[in-house]
Amino acid sequence: MKLPTPPAVRTTATKSPPPMKTVVRRLKFESELDLSFGEHVAERAYGQKLLSCIQCGTCSATCPLSQYMDYTPRRIIAMTREGFKDEVLNSLTIWLCASCYACTVQCPREIHITDVMYALKREAIARGFYPARNPIPVLAKAFFERVRHDGRNTESRLLITLYLRTNPFKMLKEALLGFHLFRTGRLTLKKEKIKGMKEFRTMIDSAGPQKEAVPL
Amino acid sequence: MSYLYFPGCSLRSTGRPYEESILAVFRKLDIPLTELDDWNCCGATAYVSIDENKAFTLAARNLALAERMHSNGNAGEDLMAPCSACYLVLEKTQHYIKTDEGVKRDVTAALQRGGFDYKGTTKVRHPLDILVNDIGLERIAKAVVRPMKGINVACYYGCQVVRPFETFDHAAYPTTMDRLVTALGARAIDWPMKARCCGGSLTGTIQEAGLRLNRALLLEATKRGANVILTCCPLCQHNLECYQKRINRRFGESINIPVAYFTQFIGLALGIPPKELGIQRLFIPLKFAETPGKEAHAHA
Ligand code: SF4
Ligand code: SF4
Repeated sequence: MKLPTPPAVRTTATKSPPPMKTVVRRLKFESELDLSFGEHVAERAYGQKLLSCIQCGTCSATCPLSQYMDYTPRRIIAMTREGFKDEVLNSLTIWLCASCYACTVQCPREIHITDVMYALKREAIARGFYPARNPIPVLAKAFFERVRHDGRNTESRLLITLYLRTNPFKMLKEALLGFHLFRTGRLTLKKEKIKGMKEFRTMIDSAGPQKEAVPL
Repeated sequence: MSYLYFPGCSLRSTGRPYEESILAVFRKLDIPLTELDDWNCCGATAYVSIDENKAFTLAARNLALAERMHSNGNAGEDLMAPCSACYLVLEKTQHYIKTDEGVKRDVTAALQRGGFDYKGTTKVRHPLDILVNDIGLERIAKAVVRPMKGINVACYYGCQVVRPFETFDHAAYPTTMDRLVTALGARAIDWPMKARCCGGSLTGTIQEAGLRLNRALLLEATKRGANVILTCCPLCQHNLECYQKRINRRFGESINIPVAYFTQFIGLALGIPPKELGIQRLFIPLKFAETPGKEAHAHA
């Protein structure tokens, strides 16, 4: 996937190009925001602390990926709190977050930023808010199914599923690496499976369901 | 002292040399390990992206299995998880079961349906923590037969063994592994990027960003004169080792630095033959590994 250059401030201009001489609106009206979004996400990321962010920017400065993001972590926190739901859920940022927790340990307000990113990923996956061919939700879903099915994950099989569902050509590109791993005994097609499968599935299926998604 | 051992899915495929070297080192030091019976996948970070309650339940089944094995007198109560991702997922689950009423209620209920009555006593540990803080550097140093003199090591911790909980070391500048390699006779180079992210699964998903992160780490280690990078996580090892050629091609670099597991390094110092440590499975040969191997064979 290609990394975009950070966009200019997003406008809410409608699909048809604005007629000449109209000023393009650079900000959203409050009525267009989802004002309960911040609280909703905070509840799913362990604590109302999210709402106490002081916008110091420490998270963005610490994050090793902020330079590739369309919105830095600080901006994501601000936008979540203010209710820019569509922008946040459509951002590339939430998929670039590698869960390294660097921001979380530095935040002076002890906001669990990484957990906020996870909560946003879940919201986005649950409502299909991700760019076409984005491999991450596909990977997450394929992984979810494989583990529910066997109790364990066989890496080689997971990768094959991933490439078939997103980009079969990439499989050829990765084939050489796969071959080297195979040659050194580091990749196997042998399926790993647990014994207590029946109780396992009862447990997994009965857990949750996840707290319901935000009403649109 | 004995430990329960949770291998996790990675150590059964890409991380195989990690498992081989852990088992060999613990055997050599006479510390019994018992594999957790019928363990399941920890859920990694992907499960959390789909459904958090299911993710916690998945991980908690392992904690409950461990508690059960311990109370049946089959092993110690510490559960050793060598993969950083497994380690954190299990630790985080334990943390939220203890601190969040909602999580505790939901997870306990789901576990009960699987026949588990989890009391929450399992402690999750990383082998780096166990080796340095339980076994102790003194005991390890005494067992060294080949001091790793003249080798400059870049100790790489990655993220999830230290963050966010800082259970056994500092979040940004950990030193446990540095002290360990020093006790083995090597020199740990000063390296500010030791706990900076390798990108995790980004090398497989948004590869451009993943490659850039790894490039920064590899260049810095090379620049500071490291002969080898040591890791304590199968995903970090994979990222740092397997993408070097691609990074060189993409960015016009000429990086070529071996990346091994810290347990392989200990094993060599303890005189364990390289084959038993899975050294031959590394893509970039560990040149200094060969000499002690021959000696060890000659003595055996
Ligand atoms: S570090 Fe914490 S307080 Fe500072 S901007 Fe980031 S989230 Fe807000
Ligand atoms: S956890 Fe995510 S947002 Fe936070 S520093 Fe790491 S990559 Fe950036």
